[in-house]
Amino acid sequence: MSNENTISRRGLFMKLGILFNGLVATALAVPILRFLLSSVSRGRASAYLSWVPLGHVSEFPEGETRLASFRNPYVTPTDGKTADTACWVRRVEGDQFQVFAVNCAHLGCPVRWFPQSGLFMCPCHGGAYYRDGSRASGPPERGLFEYPYKVQDGLVTIQAGELPTPGSPTASLFGKKPPCAG
Amino acid sequence: MRRLITEVGEWFDRRLQLAAPIREAAEHPVPRSTASWFYVFGSAALTVFLLQLVTGILLALIYVPSASEAWSSLQALNHDVTLGWFIRAMHGWGSNFMVAIVLIHMVQVFLFGAYKFPRELTWIVGVFLLLMTLGMAFTGQVLRFDQDAYWGLGIGASIASRVPIAGPMIVKLMLGGPTIAGATLSRFFALHVFVIPGMLIGFVCLHLLMVLKLGINEWPMPGRLVKKTTYVTEYHELTKRNGAPFVPYAVWKDLFFAAFILLAIAACAVYFGPFGPTGRPDPTIIQTVPKPDYFFLWLYALLSLLPPSMETPALLIGPVVVIIGLLLLPFLSGEGEKSWRRRPIAVLTVLLIAITLGTFTHLAGFTPWSPHMNAWSGDPVPEQFLHGSTAIERQGALVFQVKQCRNCHSLGESGGQRGPALDTVAVRLTQDQLIRQVIQGGGNMPAYGKNLSPAETTALVAFLETLHPRGQAPARDAARDIALSEDKDQRHGAPR
Repeated sequence: MSNENTISRRGLFMKLGILFNGLVATALAVPILRFLLSSVSRGRASAYLSWVPLGHVSEFPEGETRLASFRNPYVTPTDGKTADTACWVRRVEGDQFQVFAVNCAHLGCPVRWFPQSGLFMCPCHGGAYYRDGSRASGPPERGLFEYPYKVQDGLVTIQAGELPTPGSPTASLFGKKPPCAG
Repeated sequence: MRRLITEVGEWFDRRLQLAAPIREAAEHPVPRSTASWFYVFGSAALTVFLLQLVTGILLALIYVPSASEAWSSLQALNHDVTLGWFIRAMHGWGSNFMVAIVLIHMVQVFLFGAYKFPRELTWIVGVFLLLMTLGMAFTGQVLRFDQDAYWGLGIGASIASRVPIAGPMIVKLMLGGPTIAGATLSRFFALHVFVIPGMLIGFVCLHLLMVLKLGINEWPMPGRLVKKTTYVTEYHELTKRNGAPFVPYAVWKDLFFAAFILLAIAACAVYFGPFGPTGRPDPTIIQTVPKPDYFFLWLYALLSLLPPSMETPALLIGPVVVIIGLLLLPFLSGEGEKSWRRRPIAVLTVLLIAITLGTFTHLAGFTPWSPHMNAWSGDPVPEQFLHGSTAIERQGALVFQVKQCRNCHSLGESGGQRGPALDTVAVRLTQDQLIRQVIQGGGNMPAYGKNLSPAETTALVAFLETLHPRGQAPARDAARDIALSEDKDQRHGAPR
């Protein structure tokens, strides 16, 4: 028993017991981690993004910028009003649109459109953008986030579903550089 | 009766066997110098923590952690449930007091050198307790699911998204989905009610255990240096020679201060009432000016004032540096002088941090960097600027208001403060410079060239040129005067 090279029956069982628990813990960790990370794994490959309608083209007068809202493509039963998202729709002319996220490209506060001065202004840290979404002044390092859009059967449809943030791939995928509106 | 109580007590203690260790802990000798009003903040923080546990459980009886119901359940607490407003106010004010007391406790511990050997781990656990307290304050603000909470989460997500590579994943993990919605509130509820409080309870127990085992820090005397080899024996000698049992010698001050703090929280709760909730968390209502709670206002100010290029590094590296600095502190100066009287750099550091945070918090109170969204339609043009003005100048004043210049520029001390006040702008800029500034912008001002017709620009500049003190001439370009007069002379064919 006291020999260092031998192992006692009880000692062996204790070690086996620890090993057994370790195996069970590892096995359980897999579903727990997959559950915890589900919101991340599901979001890969832009699975959250879909095309959502904003309204008929005629609702957006040419040369004007209007606030529109849409229901998020991915919703849960307890979302309440947070299932909706607002966006700024600028109809340049004809079927040519620009759809901006309301979230400031600095830290995400809701920007407001001032048609008189042709500026979007942010109430939080003072970011300002021109009517084409490009940066005018303040802390933002880029222009407003733009949703990809298409006009189908007279409906303005945008690809949305994720909160646009400065670091998100959606932010760099579309609307990295708002087209110059002359 | 008395005998019965004793017998019941003995019955329990024979089974629990807790009386002896409790008595030992209560009566352990502490240096007489520590029975001071400076030593009450730790126990006060514990008291407020217990208050938060109790009021938090009471709120959970009514509150519904669902994005569709949370706001209405808070309204019910405020208006329908008997004294619901009071419990909410106690919990809200308790949170503010908690952060304040924890910070004061930390400053006191730092200035009294209590983090030095052998209490390094007590300090480190304390740093984690501070972080958890701030975590509770932020998650608690989210549970007050109103417009501020909704857009505050957006700000949190925007900051998190700036982490290189992992940013977008962190955002989805934080929000529990692609947007701020039901899952977001549920996970912040779990954090605020289970995860962080559970860790807090564990860490508070560790913190207290170490205070008991290592003894409370003695009052620092200038010149009495901490040495790892001799400190423990010196401390035991001190408590033996000049010690007194913690109960009742020192505890009465803790008791008085604890009761005073509870009373102060209740007084604030009754007088000021509960915090919010502000507007309904409806993302389609964008007429909102989100602002964080008091203890994060300094951060709000910092994010406006940092140069854009420095923002992301400051946001991502700054906190890491600060936390590592706090954790390393007891190892960098674990020995030596404890008294603040001989640690001028320590005192100056505390003062510098306090003044910096205080200034930022003060600035965030009136946000000079934000445009005043309603100034253009709400603030009148002061009379003195229109007195005796011509038609074109008045037209210019109208352009000034209608084009929202007022949102960023003040006249007569009303209007935005984002840009300079324009009361005397004509003294600073000539006519040409005014036109250039309006049309091209620059210096953090948008260019208005595309949004002003030539007639509007002319009128606006005519108005701006009148903005100079009486008796002080507006700025003018002398060279231009000469050029124009030469031009005139030539046209009239006058000899040179």
